[in-house]
Amino acid sequence: MRRLLVLGAGTAGTTVVNKLRRRLPRSQWRVTVVEATDRHYYQPGYLFLPFGGYTPAQVAKPVRKLITRGVDLIRGRVDRVILAENRVLLHDGRSLPYDYLVIATGVSPRPDQTPGMLDGGQWRRSIFDFYTFDGALALAKALDNFDAGRLVVHITDMPIKCPVAPLEFAFLAEDFFGRRGTRDKIELTYATPLPGAFTKPIAAARLGTMLDERNIALESDFLVERVDDTALVSYDDRRVPFDLLVTVPLNMGAEYVARSGLGDELNLVPVDRGTLLARLGQRFRHRRRQRHPHVEGRLGRAFRGRGLHHQLPCVRLRAADDRPIRRARQLLRRVRPR
Amino acid sequence: MPVTTIASRDIHVDGEGFLTNYDEWDPELAEQLAKQIGVDLTDRHWTAITFLREDYAARAETPGLRRVSHGAGIPTKELFTLFPKKPAKKMAYIAGLPKPQGCV
Repeated sequence: MRRLLVLGAGTAGTTVVNKLRRRLPRSQWRVTVVEATDRHYYQPGYLFLPFGGYTPAQVAKPVRKLITRGVDLIRGRVDRVILAENRVLLHDGRSLPYDYLVIATGVSPRPDQTPGMLDGGQWRRSIFDFYTFDGALALAKALDNFDAGRLVVHITDMPIKCPVAPLEFAFLAEDFFGRRGTRDKIELTYATPLPGAFTKPIAAARLGTMLDERNIALESDFLVERVDDTALVSYDDRRVPFDLLVTVPLNMGAEYVARSGLGDELNLVPVDRGTLLARLGQRFRHRRRQRHPHVEGRLGRAFRGRGLHHQLPCVRLRAADDRPIRRARQLLRRVRPR
Repeated sequence: MPVTTIASRDIHVDGEGFLTNYDEWDPELAEQLAKQIGVDLTDRHWTAITFLREDYAARAETPGLRRVSHGAGIPTKELFTLFPKKPAKKMAYIAGLPKPQGCV
């Protein structure tokens, strides 16, 4: 029996196990997914929670309901991946052996990484995030009480899960205050580390114009060094004061990735762009020659769920001498998007 | 692809002047590129530039500020002093690498 082990049952992990379970014969493959929580969150919905566009119940479902039958769901937190032994150790001491591993635990917002953001006394008082369920709900209350002052929408650093969501947030906020009749008492600023409203030139120009039209000030090339009570301070000493800050904190991969020696400075696993296989240096190449099982990497640079259907065919099972795997690979190729 | 002449050499660049061929770069050229954007290269600058070159060779991707700071051991604040205003862009320019990308 071969074992496919997937870490994380978010959008990526859920899609991977569900698709592969259908394609891998049950007599030959055991498919297991490890998830720390019992609720699966529909993260794109977080954007609408602060404005009452979604209710909390609409964005949270039991994980179990979304996992296909025949997949073992294990509730637990990953302690580390032991590459040399092809197994994953959980915090509670359980040890899960694998032949193939998919790392799909994604990234989390880390306000603790910016001095003064989490520890400056303003977190969830005048500083909020909306890329977490709790954050989006807390922000809904804050927006409801906010009738005048300076609202700053802010991105700490790239990469972020949905690059356009902060802009959407700014537009939605503008519309929200307009409908409440408070827009003229609220100053809106969009502070970003990018040189413009967006990365790509045409989108940046169009979206920049949309900010202008809505009287939202753009603070570009703004890389935050610290939060000083109720002001953002950049590395080049610009200060952006706020009464309400909606920030996208630094995103980092899970700590077990670092503990396992798999991550870069943001705990992300470097992968080959074409295959999404983890690049693990010499050790990896050596293992490959031995036709040992491989570690699959996180789902590329664009790690948001939206791009997943383009990436999924890359999560191939690689072993030329293994017929079921060859079959799986052929099947996956068939679903490759045109 | 536009070709420009720097230090009496023909160099392939993109629309914004970033080198498009990794191998057309050498330290002498870096001095010229730095001069064009008003940077005088010190040993500290070279620590950063050398890291960028090596990291690009390994990952085929221009490192961003956080990665340079982490990998070269230079605080981000200092990178802003060494390469004022737009350090990520300026370092890439001098190191002869593509402009660093956002995530889209």
